[in-house]
Amino acid sequence: MADVKFLKVTKKFNENVILNGVSVEIKDHEFVVIVGPSGCGKTTLLRMLAGLEEITAGDIHIDNILVNNIHPSKRQIAMVFQDYALYPHMTVEENMSFALRLMKMDKREISARVHEAAAILQLTKLLKRMPKQLSGGQRQRVAIGRAIVRKPKVFLFDEPLSNLDAKLREEMRVEIAKLYQRLNATIIYVTHDQVEAMTLAGRIVVMNHGIIQQTGTPIEVYRKPDNLFVAGFIGSPTMNFLHGKLSAEGEKLFLKNDSLTLYIPPFLLADGARNAGREVVLGIRPDDVLVGSGTRENCSEKIEGVLEVSELLGHRENLYIKAGENRVLATVEAFFNQSPGSKVSVRFNYRNMHVFDKKTQQRINN
Amino acid sequence: MNKEAAVYRRKKLLKYLLIHAVIITVVVVCVYPLLRILSISIRPGDRVISTDLSLIPSGADFAAYLRLLKDTMFLRWLWNSLIITVVTSFIGVSLASTAAYAFSRFKFPGKKSGMILLLSTQMIPAGMLILPLFLMIMKLGLMNTYLGMIIAYSVSSLPFSIWILKGYYDTIPRSLEEAALVDGTSQIGAFYRIILPLSTPALSIAFLFNFTTAWNEYLVARVVLFSAKQYTWTLGLFELQGQYITQWGMFAAGSMLVTVPVLMVFLYSSKWLLSGLTLGSVKG
Repeated sequence: MADVKFLKVTKKFNENVILNGVSVEIKDHEFVVIVGPSGCGKTTLLRMLAGLEEITAGDIHIDNILVNNIHPSKRQIAMVFQDYALYPHMTVEENMSFALRLMKMDKREISARVHEAAAILQLTKLLKRMPKQLSGGQRQRVAIGRAIVRKPKVFLFDEPLSNLDAKLREEMRVEIAKLYQRLNATIIYVTHDQVEAMTLAGRIVVMNHGIIQQTGTPIEVYRKPDNLFVAGFIGSPTMNFLHGKLSAEGEKLFLKNDSLTLYIPPFLLADGARNAGREVVLGIRPDDVLVGSGTRENCSEKIEGVLEVSELLGHRENLYIKAGENRVLATVEAFFNQSPGSKVSVRFNYRNMHVFDKKTQQRINN
Repeated sequence: MNKEAAVYRRKKLLKYLLIHAVIITVVVVCVYPLLRILSISIRPGDRVISTDLSLIPSGADFAAYLRLLKDTMFLRWLWNSLIITVVTSFIGVSLASTAAYAFSRFKFPGKKSGMILLLSTQMIPAGMLILPLFLMIMKLGLMNTYLGMIIAYSVSSLPFSIWILKGYYDTIPRSLEEAALVDGTSQIGAFYRIILPLSTPALSIAFLFNFTTAWNEYLVARVVLFSAKQYTWTLGLFELQGQYITQWGMFAAGSMLVTVPVLMVFLYSSKWLLSGLTLGSVKG
């Protein structure tokens, strides 16, 4: 196993900048998930690490060896592709042993490794099958098996679950988590699905527009998003954003917009007076919007609104509430039992509130 | 309800009959001339130019075949044709397979114009190329040789083969080669181990095209070859056509015999022509 370093890695296609000076260090045995929307450069970054894409500028190190000009086969990595990329003219066994055969490994050793991996991935019965005789999930397992047998320094996963249906994706996610516990390998996993990122990662790297937006553990990224993009991208359902201007009245600080005045307590944003006049965006997760009467500690005053739509998800319910010009999504315990159009009051939990500067989009509270 | 079902059944039957009528007509049109040649080839010598339409004439024998094989250099011509055709096909397909790979996978200046140039060579009628071809082969000192013929044939069939193969390679996902690269092959290794085995349908088509074109070619052979010993069968058969008398029996017998290799190649390669080999490699 090995650590991986990206140092100011840049990628340009003609004049288009795909990656702009990306630097990130991935430690030995770490499971890092690179997450971001389509076109953010995450797959390009992975492909550059694999050696499948030229590096415009910057350095990539695997195990402290500069690999910029090293052929993919010599980088001691294994990659699982989004479309599986199984060799269609080879059986499952041949697919899995292909790399080992190229290494001219001893036949008994090859067979032992293939059977070991097949046992882990429940593929033993399928070893003689051709890829076209397998289901999507089985193909994905073969692709993972092909990576495991090589015992590489680093595993690369390029959106491995995005072609599977929802149920299978969940199952495979658990499989991959188990596999990581078992292999204890360095894994770099690229996905656009923030649920995969949250559930699998030891550390998340959030990317957008070819730049790293934030790096941290899933809970850090969820609880303390560095900027508006991360706040909006991580978490499902998405965070509520209230736009407004901060204004000071005496010692007190308020967020004001056309239809809302919200007290901002000092523990949320210190130096109130200094921030007065600043255009900000307040971020509140739907779980932190409390609906109905009753007070709680560290909550805002009641804000009156109208229930527009409610979505029952089973044990939870999403409520789309309109308070003046502000739209708020609240996630509450089922069953809320109010019909659309009825009046509701909401409170926001100050403890999990985020304040971002509207111009810089950066977080300004602690 | 029953009435509707009956109408539906009748319509289906009519469609079935119509389709079969067309198929049978096409088959008859294709097969009849062949049967006539067969019938002429086995007619006794005195009845070659008869108006008899029976497929197996009375007194049928294989005398024309025996005479063709014994009295002429037919076997030699067949051998010449076979060597030239097989070598041409192998050279053509191997050159085209690598050239098409470059056109399909790599970026290089002149890629697009190169493909168009290749296509445009196919628009020039073969007859127009005879003179330049003749001059080139003469300058190379390859007149009346196998090599001269092989070069002429390979060159003229390459563009088509490259187009066919490039089109096929384009449909093979790049991730397969990338997986092979990560697994430890070189770019060339990925081509030989992954792309080529997957391209058998296109390779067979290119091979068949090369084979049939070279096998049936007459015009270039007429220009390049001038001694009867070096003739291909197309030239050889014309030897049987004299100013005053044409040996139609032998001519027909020769025509029947030359179809055999083509038939064999077609039958053999049909199993490779099955496409869909790439099914299941990537998400479908």
